[in-house]
Amino acid sequence: MRYGETGYYLEIDLSTGNIERVQSDPKTAENFFGGVGSSLKIFWDRTTPETKAFDPENLLIFTNGLLSGTPIFGANRTFVVTISPVSNLICYPTAGGFFAPELKYAGYDKIIFRNKSPELVYIWINNDKVEIRDASHLAGKGAREVQELLKEELNDPKIQVAAIGPAAENGVLFASIEMDKGSASRLGGGAVMGDKKIKAIAVRGTKEVNLADGPAFIKHLEEARTYIIHRNANPLSHRHVEAIHDSLGSPQLMRDAEDKWHTQNFAWGNARYRRKDFWTDEIEESWEKSQEESVRRMISCFNCPSQCGALIMRKDGAPYMAKCFSKISYLFGSGIDDLEWSWKFIERTFDYGLDSYSTPQVMAFAVELRKDGILTEEDFAGTDDYPPCPPPEDKSGVFYWLLDRLVKGEGIGKILGLGTKQASEKIGKGAEAYAHNLIKGVEQMNIKLGMLDPLYFLMFATSEKQSITSIEGNWPQAAFRKYEDREEWIRDWPHVPFERFKQYILDWEPKGDKNAAPYYPTPPIASEIVDWMEENHVNDDSLGFCSGMSGFCFKPPFHCHNYYKFVNAATGLNLDEFEHRRVAHRIRNLHRAFNMRRGMTRADDNPPADHWKFRFPELEEELLTTYYHFKGWTDEGVPTRVRLEELDLGYVADELEEKGILKKVPPPTEEELEEYRKERMYKWGY
Amino acid sequence: MAKIKKIVKRITVDAEKCNGCRTCEVMCSAFHSTPQWSSNSPAKSRVQVVRLPLRDIFLPVFAGEYTPAECGGRISYHIDDRTYDECEFCRAACPSRGRFVEPDSGLPLGCDMCQSDPPLEEPMCVHWCVRDALKYEEREIEVEEQVEIDALETALTAIADKFGWDKMMRTAARLTQKS
Ligand code: SF4
Ligand code: SF4
Repeated sequence: MRYGETGYYLEIDLSTGNIERVQSDPKTAENFFGGVGSSLKIFWDRTTPETKAFDPENLLIFTNGLLSGTPIFGANRTFVVTISPVSNLICYPTAGGFFAPELKYAGYDKIIFRNKSPELVYIWINNDKVEIRDASHLAGKGAREVQELLKEELNDPKIQVAAIGPAAENGVLFASIEMDKGSASRLGGGAVMGDKKIKAIAVRGTKEVNLADGPAFIKHLEEARTYIIHRNANPLSHRHVEAIHDSLGSPQLMRDAEDKWHTQNFAWGNARYRRKDFWTDEIEESWEKSQEESVRRMISCFNCPSQCGALIMRKDGAPYMAKCFSKISYLFGSGIDDLEWSWKFIERTFDYGLDSYSTPQVMAFAVELRKDGILTEEDFAGTDDYPPCPPPEDKSGVFYWLLDRLVKGEGIGKILGLGTKQASEKIGKGAEAYAHNLIKGVEQMNIKLGMLDPLYFLMFATSEKQSITSIEGNWPQAAFRKYEDREEWIRDWPHVPFERFKQYILDWEPKGDKNAAPYYPTPPIASEIVDWMEENHVNDDSLGFCSGMSGFCFKPPFHCHNYYKFVNAATGLNLDEFEHRRVAHRIRNLHRAFNMRRGMTRADDNPPADHWKFRFPELEEELLTTYYHFKGWTDEGVPTRVRLEELDLGYVADELEEKGILKKVPPPTEEELEEYRKERMYKWGY
Repeated sequence: MAKIKKIVKRITVDAEKCNGCRTCEVMCSAFHSTPQWSSNSPAKSRVQVVRLPLRDIFLPVFAGEYTPAECGGRISYHIDDRTYDECEFCRAACPSRGRFVEPDSGLPLGCDMCQSDPPLEEPMCVHWCVRDALKYEEREIEVEEQVEIDALETALTAIADKFGWDKMMRTAARLTQKS
């Protein structure tokens, strides 16, 4: 009997219809945990640097995490790991909800799809019974509708369904996969699912998830519960953080109507301009009214004490579940001020199955190209099938028109469905300059700020997820003005890996020369902080947590000093805190190596040129180099042989050398290893 | 029969507060696993959350009595312009649906208020529902003395209903001889 994980993968060959239940090697979980960690290992072993997103050899892995389905709070994320059609690097869009634990209760840690189905199908997993079924009756149906239809067809409301909408069926590269109140959105997991012709996966499980030491697990969980109740009753002081960040999870946008912070600090349109005086009394009043009338109830994902989603029930539409940022992202893109419009608009986008970060930006990009004459009225003309695009003044009409063209792959929509980068290359005529808000070809959060921030520079530049929210979180977003506030913050802050981190907070000033941005945190300190936050996200993505319970929150219940306790009690492994951290770093380095093997270089670790108004090219280079060295990487950002070897990834180093990505070096001498160990003690404590 | 004092234990559900997280299911099944806390399976919980999110139904339903037969009635409820089948909310373990039966053995599951020695301060589902959708109440009342039906009796009755008393007795006899 396996503990924590089930020990089984479901391997499905879509071209032959062969289905196998395969026992996994327990060592994989020991060395890479579950979730994204062990999936990376599978991708390393089973794809080549040449494998492209839409090649049959590209795998599509649906995975839960090592702790999913155990009683731990918030370990409910489903990760969809595949090669991205947007960035050509590995991606892992993730969704909250109920799918991941249900998969575990059905007896599987992962579903691994390979090859492509000739016809549109859905997969029905009912414990040991697994079938590939015809989905022609679901073709073209909305992602929300499909979930309901399958629950009805299979006659059990507890069935969990992951479904794509028409966007993914029609090849939109930034299509999402919808699951109950969750949505695996970023970087084109939905597009790969559509390409493999899987309309949906339905899963139902009634088996057990076993714990190696149940009583110890519950004891640790009791501590976390007490802490969560305490945190819920005592939100963080608004002197320290914005109201939207005061609690656990990320419910704030659906909970609070007040949103001066995002609306005034984020960039509108094609991530171009800030509206610094957007939030007025009238806006506040109308948004509050609209939100109150639309949000019927706050709802949570599986086994989670936060309630980050909202059930939206309006007089003039079908009910749906909304997640935090989508509420405003289409408003930003369209430049429309009316929250009522947004509720209606996102209802349609969830059914279409689209990423609510990328989609509004792609459409805003098209609006901008039209305004500047790069796309002409011909591109916006009507045909026998659809009317012409409304004039630019009709912002809502234009957005609806663009949305429909995009999803149906009609006219200019076919090109826009490639995302801003690939679309701009297709359109040419200088359109590339309009695709300005990208990292590694992926649309970023629409933020445009003033002064370079060293922490955010590193996070934007180096995140392997190519998306900022997957690496930031535990460190305050800005320095506190008052020294007393800093003292207060560190008083109740067991989350940091080392005491020295607390001094960094004390020394950090909002303004000034030496101790403020862009020179503080200094490159070495910034490296440590970013590395630590990133490690937390690696843990979340491998153990299966929603980062709303750990990596993304200030002062969360789960952190580097207690992850290992839960892992041990669940699995029977016997890791100490530092061995646990070592596994996280192993995963991180394999991830880096995988992308490097696929051709990523230092030049790709580069935030959008207009992200900050004030840039410091030399300092930025220094930040990057210092960070790479801190991680044990070369100046080019490739993990070194000694780093890889001490993480038991010698075979990765071999291959990188063979491919000429790493320079061949002799194995490290005993002195070098000793030297390295000392450094490692300081950096990570092991 | 004599009157005796009895503690009535009750869990009240505030459906408005429930957010459908199903923590109560996880914890109930973990508490009742053998050995305790060694595993969990929401399908084996004695509370099942009826979660129909797009219909705004988030309702923890606790396993009530075992009924040997399917109910004859088929009542539909109309709430807020919607129609619901009565089964949606029924608390019984019954032969027609799997809500409150062990998925492996087919035996009925009943909420036992987390009977424990020493007694718990509150049942597990209540304790772990951080949203306070569940409340535990104790009241002392006077009742006619009567025989308690325990879990074993419920289970045996269910087996007997399924296989017949004869077959069950014969099997039991055979098993006793073996051990
Ligand atoms: S734990 Fe509480 S909030 Fe969650 S489903 Fe059960 S009753 Fe509802
Ligand atoms: S009271 Fe105990 S037995 Fe009954 S549903 Fe709650 S946890 Fe389960």
